[in-house]
Amino acid sequence: MKGNNFGYLIKEGIRGIFLHGFMSFAAVFVTVACLLIVGTFFSVIYNIGLKVEELNEKNEILVFVDETFSDAEAKSVGSDLALVKNVEQAIFIPREEAYEDFREDMGQSGAFDGLSTQTFRHRFRILPTDPQLLEETKAALLEVEGVVKVKVADDVVNLLTTIQNVVSMFSIVVIVALVFVSLLIISNTVKLAMADRRDEIAIMKMVGATNGFIRLPFVVQGFLLGILGSGIAFGAEWLLYNFMANQLVQMDGGLLLTMVPFTQLILPMLVIFAGTGMFVGVVGSFASIRRFLKV
Amino acid sequence: MIEFTDVVKSYSVGTQALRGVSMRIEDGEFAYLVGPSGSGKSTIIKLITGELKPTSGSVHVNGYSLERIRRRELPYMRRTVGVVFQDFRLIQDMTVYDNVAFAMRVVGAREKEIRARVPYVLELVGLETKSRRHPNELSGGEQQRLAIARALVNNPSTIIADEPTGNLDPAKSLEIMSLLQEINSLGTTMLVVTHAQDLVERFHKRVIAINEGVVVSDGMDGYFEYEGK
Ligand SMILES: Nc1ncnc2c1ncn2[C@@H]1O[C@H](COP(=O)(O)OP(=O)(O)OP(=O)(O)O)[C@@H](O)[C@H]1O
Ligand SMILES: [Mg+2]
Repeated sequence: MKGNNFGYLIKEGIRGIFLHGFMSFAAVFVTVACLLIVGTFFSVIYNIGLKVEELNEKNEILVFVDETFSDAEAKSVGSDLALVKNVEQAIFIPREEAYEDFREDMGQSGAFDGLSTQTFRHRFRILPTDPQLLEETKAALLEVEGVVKVKVADDVVNLLTTIQNVVSMFSIVVIVALVFVSLLIISNTVKLAMADRRDEIAIMKMVGATNGFIRLPFVVQGFLLGILGSGIAFGAEWLLYNFMANQLVQMDGGLLLTMVPFTQLILPMLVIFAGTGMFVGVVGSFASIRRFLKV
Repeated sequence: MIEFTDVVKSYSVGTQALRGVSMRIEDGEFAYLVGPSGSGKSTIIKLITGELKPTSGSVHVNGYSLERIRRRELPYMRRTVGVVFQDFRLIQDMTVYDNVAFAMRVVGAREKEIRARVPYVLELVGLETKSRRHPNELSGGEQQRLAIARALVNNPSTIIADEPTGNLDPAKSLEIMSLLQEINSLGTTMLVVTHAQDLVERFHKRVIAINEGVVVSDGMDGYFEYEGK
């Protein structure tokens, strides 16, 4: 393609957009709305995913040893624990250390000053080989001589994983529907522009323009609509994301639910937005062009 | 060169528009195609431009076999054939200049070539002073000349005109026919469909007469005959 034709294509593409200003506006608007919903779902899934990962790393099993055991007896339970399936490592935590950790976690509140180290049991921190098999491992650990209690902190992870799965499933359905709607409206906008120029297209065919050449300005038009939509949506998503993040911080003080800064999401968001925008624009215009190019 | 060999064309309904047409128009030749309404003239033109495919028989145009041409090749075949329609088919919101330049632009010509070629062609058809007008600011004869300029601009080896004088008064018709002959004398093969019997007889050219889908007479010197003449 020669250089001067590039200018022609862009000019024709833009002309097509303004010829049907309202339809173009509607097409961009719908694309923006679709992408905002897509982007928001993505943000939610992404952030939950990060949280799950983070919690999984901390995932640990605590094994409490019978308090009638002596210090040495308690410590020796470790070798039996290490033999249990899915146990990577069993780290002994004497009751004194557990007490100190607890005091530290609670801060200087003084409410627990009455506690002594004797209130705490000797314990082991178990690092599992596979964090997915916590329940089975818990049962096996309870069988070990001297173990009185096993604590697994996986409720939150389970809940978040469930939420993540539900949101993912739901968003796939919504995204497919929305992409379809965008496709339809862009395709209709381009179709209108083509119908307007039926005569020109007939003349182009008569003088021997290739289908590819006739098609290009309309593909450019669809592409520009799609890219315009995704550009606006990207900016809006950024604002919306920061708004949501702030609301979350205000709601729960940033304890459990936090969102990473948007800047961390720029690349995947750009890929999703630009990709969807271009896909919707180009495929949408192709769909409407086919009919016009017969003979 | 245009060559029809035993061409039959039936429309889906079952009407046989052409019932075995054979003819051959050499490079550089000038020929009139005449015949009563419904005899199959436009069908022949549509077969030459590749808008229709023959039901049987073969159509050769400038080296392309149209009965088995591929869709991708069709545009390139069409660049060898310029078509002039009775109803002009001009783009109303483009100037005279742009109507002609458009035809070059859409086959990928460079802007530099366009700037050189369009004024030359407009001068050839006598529209050089009206290049900034729009088609609706031209007379019927001028619009027809613009249509001829557009058919001519990509330098096709063949020009086909379907009733180019159908909307014009006798004086203007004569002008257009003279113009077409002038273009032919520059080397372009010319096939002109017309009802204007007086003109045909006057110009002493080859005349192919068709009636009810068959060639009934093919003679030189403006002579032709068909039932209902
Ligand atoms: N699309 C079509 N479908 C069915 N029949 C058609 C079609 N086009 C033309 N015909 C028929 O084919 C025959 C030849 O038509 P054609 O248009 O070639 O005639 P013509 O010689 O150009 O006539 P005119 O001088 O009136 O333009 C006619 O009987 C016409 O009714
Ligand atoms: Mg006709």
